[in-house]
Amino acid sequence: MLTFEYFLQQLVTGLANGMLITLVAIGYTLVYGIVEIINFAHGDVFMLGAFSSVTTLQALGAQAVKRVANKDQSPIPETYLWLLIALVTSMVFCATLNVLIERLAYRRLRRGSRMAPLISAIGVSFILQNVGIYWKGVSPVNFPRYIPQIDLVKAMGIDSFVRVTTKDVFVLIVTVPLVIALTLFIQRTKLGKAMRATAQDRDAAQLMGIDTNRTIALTFLLGGALAGAAGLVSGLYNNTAGFQMGFSYGLNSFTAAVLGGIGNLNGAMLGGVFIGILAAMSDGYLDARWTPVVIFGTLNLVLIIRPSGILGQDLAERA
Amino acid sequence: MQTAPRMTPGRRAYVEVPADPQQTRNRILQAIAVAFIVAYPFLDLLFGWQALLAFIPMMLMITLALGLNIVVGYAGLLDLGYAAFYAIGAYAAAFFTSPNSPLARVLPGSPFAWMQDFWVAMIMAVLVSGFAGALLGAPTLRLRGDYLALVTLGFGEIVPRLIKNLEPWTKGVKGMNPIGRPYLFGCQFGVDPCEILGMKLKLGMIPYYYLTLVIGAISIFAIIRLRNSRLGRAWAAIRDDEIAAQGMGINPVTTKLWAFSLGASFSGATGAIFGAYLQTISPDQFEYSTSVIVLCMVILGGTGNIWGVMLGGLLIQSFDRIFAERLTGWIHKAGALTGDPTITAAFNSFDLLKSRLLVFGLCLVLIMNLRPQGILPNRKRRETALTDLPEEDLVPEESVLIAGADVPTEKPR
Amino acid sequence: MTASNDSSDVVLDVTGLTKRFGGLIAVDSVDFQVRRRQIVSLIGPNGAGKTTFFNMVAGQYEPSAGRVIFNGKALHGLRPHQITARGIGRTFQNIRLFTNETLLENVLVGMHSRLKSGPFASLLRLPSQRREENEAREKGMALLHLVRLDRYANEAAGNLPYGMQRRLEMARALASEPQLLLLDEPTAGMNPQETVNMIALIRRVRDAFGVAVLLIEHDMQVVMGLSERVTVLNYGQKIAEGTPLDVQRNDNVIEAYLGRRHKRPEDEAADGGTH
Ligand SMILES: Nc1ncnc2c1ncn2[C@@H]1O[C@H](COP(=O)(O)OP(=O)(O)OP(=O)(O)O)[C@@H](O)[C@H]1O
Ligand SMILES: [Mg+2]
Repeated sequence: MLTFEYFLQQLVTGLANGMLITLVAIGYTLVYGIVEIINFAHGDVFMLGAFSSVTTLQALGAQAVKRVANKDQSPIPETYLWLLIALVTSMVFCATLNVLIERLAYRRLRRGSRMAPLISAIGVSFILQNVGIYWKGVSPVNFPRYIPQIDLVKAMGIDSFVRVTTKDVFVLIVTVPLVIALTLFIQRTKLGKAMRATAQDRDAAQLMGIDTNRTIALTFLLGGALAGAAGLVSGLYNNTAGFQMGFSYGLNSFTAAVLGGIGNLNGAMLGGVFIGILAAMSDGYLDARWTPVVIFGTLNLVLIIRPSGILGQDLAERA
Repeated sequence: MQTAPRMTPGRRAYVEVPADPQQTRNRILQAIAVAFIVAYPFLDLLFGWQALLAFIPMMLMITLALGLNIVVGYAGLLDLGYAAFYAIGAYAAAFFTSPNSPLARVLPGSPFAWMQDFWVAMIMAVLVSGFAGALLGAPTLRLRGDYLALVTLGFGEIVPRLIKNLEPWTKGVKGMNPIGRPYLFGCQFGVDPCEILGMKLKLGMIPYYYLTLVIGAISIFAIIRLRNSRLGRAWAAIRDDEIAAQGMGINPVTTKLWAFSLGASFSGATGAIFGAYLQTISPDQFEYSTSVIVLCMVILGGTGNIWGVMLGGLLIQSFDRIFAERLTGWIHKAGALTGDPTITAAFNSFDLLKSRLLVFGLCLVLIMNLRPQGILPNRKRRETALTDLPEEDLVPEESVLIAGADVPTEKPR
Repeated sequence: MTASNDSSDVVLDVTGLTKRFGGLIAVDSVDFQVRRRQIVSLIGPNGAGKTTFFNMVAGQYEPSAGRVIFNGKALHGLRPHQITARGIGRTFQNIRLFTNETLLENVLVGMHSRLKSGPFASLLRLPSQRREENEAREKGMALLHLVRLDRYANEAAGNLPYGMQRRLEMARALASEPQLLLLDEPTAGMNPQETVNMIALIRRVRDAFGVAVLLIEHDMQVVMGLSERVTVLNYGQKIAEGTPLDVQRNDNVIEAYLGRRHKRPEDEAADGGTH
């Protein structure tokens, strides 16, 4: 059953990538849910998160790189600390960046036409890409291989073509708790409640004494932090990062958010996993060069057939 | 108010609309600009500016911006994939005229051989792009503005990728070449020497310059006419207030569809000429960044105002094709002048051409936040409303009745 | 109002018209008729469902139930632009002019459904298109003259003061050659002089064009001075109908406007203008 195993393999890859896409998609969906702006620059924030991670890791562990370069060797304990530091710096960096972007490029445009913030966002996206180019150049940078790639299936003594590696598990270990934490934050905390209120009716929320400017900034902060985490994890998972990844990852994630129902958190997760798997299947069964066509085709079909997405009820009720 | 005018059949008094005082001044400026543009190739030769080759693509891009302005400026629809229609136009012309196209295997000798003629191919390009615009627009124009923008973005990404991937037909990333050339009086554009009426002339790229100019001028005339027509007013109405526009009897979907389709067809002609001028086209010329640059041209100068769009196009294109390079050169020279090797090196590392997208990005953010209406706003709207107008007495019954009676009351049904 | 024998005289015939927004019934099975050349008022407290009623007649909202017959034909399922073409013109409660366009262009947009030239005729400036365009401009200027705004024909509509914007909206609605004109609070926000002028204008428009006028008003002076019949809505339901005088004396109406019945009808007449 080689073909079935091949399918499973693509599924595993798709799932891991799908979780990364989910993290970025949540950033789109949160922001859209609350201010109805497509933060087109979000993918590029993610890209800069990856760049900041590689910078931190390189600075922290120049000698560890050598020791872990041999991929089967288990990492030295400090690397976990470094990974944690890189994760936190990347999250803080991207959160700050996203808040700054909101303040400088979107805030004044909130009340005008829908076109204005979108155009401004495209501008920001170009700016961030160029920042990326100045920072790391045009060719992709390699990530240190801190996460060993041990095949767990084989380690369990099962002889199979399918490989589920420690890397796949690592992606899940970082992304799943973050998504859960975010959901709890939005559902359980006072700030989360303020976010939901602002999303439903900004003016009413303001009248109820909610500082909507701060709530919106908080939304960008959360979205940015998740993108920062995704930047680190995707770098470690794919071993590489380049200035163009923001655009492609961003569009995948955006498609995921729209597919799930933009503005809907669960939708972003569902869409993220779906797009991740769809991309992996297209890579595996068609050809990688067709994958973007498949993704964009999906985006357009969803927008044409069901613009509110699969779980779009929430937004429709709100509108 | 003067005594109420008696209205007699055939009266013209009401059609007289007071002339805009700025118009005369604008006319003079326009005349000077036109004279300069028409004489440019000779001035270029005379003074050795050597910018003719930059001017041709520049004018093509401005024509492209004029077409996008119909969609974005007139109808108020954000199109982020305009380059796709441009690509469709260019490839359509190439398909008909290039000896390397799949059609070249079937057309010659067939009853459709005449389609290989450049001018025919150009018209086909216009039709094909316009059709593509309608095809994309039909299912999507009911979408909300920002969703529509994303559909166009998706389309703009799909088209160049399809061109890349469908190698057997499109030659993929290598691109298509050569492409049929325009000709006139037996003179092939861009092929020297050119023989016209027995004279052998070395014209270089000058014929392309005038072809571009003519197409640009036709576009301007066409767009002005459209803008001041029933359709143009419907575009403006839809853009300003879609609900009110529907209430005035405007069908939003067909109105937008016309904008999409006509806007796209302008890019078809431009694409055909662009391909012939370069003699080669490849998918990377039509990517997302091209769409955004054209959008930037429309927005910088003044969305919805063709003079603004042309100004914006001129600024961005002359930066992109002339000044970025020259400014970089000057900066490098300035660095060398200091004599200090580290400063020279620092200055030399500076390259505006590499940062052109950064400049456009900044441009978009700054315009949207500081002057969203662009450099030359779309006329008319005053900073402050007229507040001290006298409330006119509506009671002089006779004249009102007459005026009212003048308007046909019953419609034929 | 009972159906009359000469039904050809009825331009708008609405039966059982209902609109629900979620749990809220904004308009609750309303029956309603307007005759040719009649001026009819729709009144009621805030939120009574008057604008919603308009929006259903004009096709902006799909009715939840009921039907609208205009000139003997059902309007069911028609889009707003098609209904305008059938002959219903409207103004909006919160003025919706094309603020960036000139006054003349606003009126010309109103003529959209009466003009025929397509894009190609315009591109080529065919003689038919030029003739049509000239006639349209002429007619547009006549309409602007009718509302005494012809002097400002080339001004952007957004530059006009409020009262004039209402008049322009009326000229724009008339441009579509309606047989029924829907005016949503045409004197809202006007000063007494402007209001008097507007009343005169509405009556004159009816006389000159022979249109039927259905207006929503809160200003009782306008309602009483202008309308031949008045219909009162409250919480979406029709609670009274008749001549202005009948309605003024109707107990249900007084109660709807004043809550409990603690004033006599004579007092109400003086009070009515506040709504
Ligand atoms: N699109 C909508 N969605 C939900 N509820 C609506 C909508 N439009 C109107 N309503 C509700 O329907 C009811 C009737 O509103 P409508 O605007 O028709 O009242 P109105 O009689 O015109 O009031 P006013 O005199 O204030 O203009 C109100 O309670 C309003 O909140
Ligand atoms: Mg109302």
